[in-house]
Amino acid sequence: MNEFAAHHPFLLVVLPKVVILLFVLLTALAYLTWFERKVVAHIQSRWGPYRVGPHGLLQPLADGVKFLFKEDVTPAGADKFAYFLAPFLSLSLAITSIAVIPFGPSDIKIFGQSTPLAITNLNIGLLVLFAITSMGVYGVALAGWSSNSKYPLLGGLRSSAQMISYELSLTMSVVGVVLMAGTFNLSAIVTSQQGFHWGFIPRWNLIGAPMPQILGFLLFFTSAVAETNRSPFDLAEAESELVAGFHTEYASFKFAMFFMAEYASMITVSCLATILFFGGWLSPFPQTPFWAWTHYIPTVALAVAGLALIAHGVRYITAFGRVVLPVIGLAMLGLGILVSLPGVVDFVQGPFWFLLKISIFLFVYVWVRGTLPRFRYDQLMDFGWKLLLPLSILNVVITSLAIVLTQK
Amino acid sequence: MTPQIAVFIVLAAVAVAGAVSLILQRHPIHSALSLIVVMVALAGLYLLQGADFVAAVQIIVYGGAIMVLFIFVIMLLNAGEEERTNSSFMARYVGVPLGIVFTGEVAYWIGRATLHLNPTAAASAVTTSTRDLSTLLFRQYMFPFELTSFLILIALLGALVLARRGDSD
Repeated sequence: MNEFAAHHPFLLVVLPKVVILLFVLLTALAYLTWFERKVVAHIQSRWGPYRVGPHGLLQPLADGVKFLFKEDVTPAGADKFAYFLAPFLSLSLAITSIAVIPFGPSDIKIFGQSTPLAITNLNIGLLVLFAITSMGVYGVALAGWSSNSKYPLLGGLRSSAQMISYELSLTMSVVGVVLMAGTFNLSAIVTSQQGFHWGFIPRWNLIGAPMPQILGFLLFFTSAVAETNRSPFDLAEAESELVAGFHTEYASFKFAMFFMAEYASMITVSCLATILFFGGWLSPFPQTPFWAWTHYIPTVALAVAGLALIAHGVRYITAFGRVVLPVIGLAMLGLGILVSLPGVVDFVQGPFWFLLKISIFLFVYVWVRGTLPRFRYDQLMDFGWKLLLPLSILNVVITSLAIVLTQK
Repeated sequence: MTPQIAVFIVLAAVAVAGAVSLILQRHPIHSALSLIVVMVALAGLYLLQGADFVAAVQIIVYGGAIMVLFIFVIMLLNAGEEERTNSSFMARYVGVPLGIVFTGEVAYWIGRATLHLNPTAAASAVTTSTRDLSTLLFRQYMFPFELTSFLILIALLGALVLARRGDSD
């Protein structure tokens, strides 16, 4: 078997990783829509999806089935080729970008083959991500243009202009991090953030030496929210002005593809923010014997969540919920015990902290959407060009100055 | 046939097909899309040569920034399909033969130059890592590099002046 693996690394190592990651990612996308609807609903003192499954847990499934069985209309006079190309381009580019994200430090062994906990570990990982982001504009622009309709055209023009503008500050804002790490390799950027100030404050780039990238992070996250066309920068789909923007004329699964692309880029941006500014998979606690108990935080978190879910589930309104919720709780409890086993416990540290940090960013994304009103278009352009871009250049100058002064 | 050659042939075929389609398409947007295909195929060719930084920059700058501006302008002007005309006398009897002669000449010189080239020796002599590239660019070729950016700045200012001429007063 090992002989076979050594000769066919693609079949046995890369392919399973791709399949597993795609499966996890697409499920996460589906449940991200549920998460967003729930959080926004609670921010607005509503319940959100509640009918389909306990706490609306089967809502993503219902949505998916509905998208699949809707009639797929093509508007009259549409440019057929571009009209079909646009959603495919959007979704495939958004999903491709996850390929360079490292989820953990450890090399995992598949059939004796050592392989990183990412689909690929590229020396130019960050540049590849930006290359993919810069191509993402085409999906939006083509969708708007090819629909042969006024609102999509205006929406497409708006959002491509917005994406071009904010791409500049997005790229400039990470230059500080690249300068400090001295590499474009995402894994190397994470490992460059190891170590602690005074033994207990992590040296993540956000508060790292020689120049804390707080400004860089704020610029990055703001630009990234704008780049992914999310509220409060969602002028592309300002309902009151443009119906739904570039995807107004799309129905059925092609609409769902745009939707999934948006959520996939949200996940990518959260991963990138975690890797660049918050130490990626690094634990916030020092790796000394005194802090060894922090290795069991995943277990405790899962167990507490599982027990709470069981306690809540047995008193749920519907019989279905009284079965499903405790089962999910038991599964979480089991998973918690599994990750406390010796051998497993070290392996899950990286992915656990990484996923936790991503979830926080995803929550912030939704929180911002539920809190802030939409920008006006001229304000949006002013904000990008006259505030974010100069500030990001300033950040580059300050950071390089700090590096030169402390280098000696 | 090694995998490298197979990938090269596929990418080269895609690039050439994109270039031909760029000329033959009647709609400006379709032409622009064909040009993007060419750019991405070229980036793949650079990657095949081990120039990963150049490949990424090719996609970011040409595939992303410049072509997005092309498409944006075409969308903004809402340019329609072009009409096909019979080629003019000059194009038919001077342009076509000249084009064939030039293509032949370029092919001949490239063929001559690469005939005796040792590909492995040439590849090892070229620095491809981002670090080496930037050291070269910002140490050895600092002056030409800054001069180029200055030239681009002049072009930008020129465009700004031309665009502003109408509404200055």
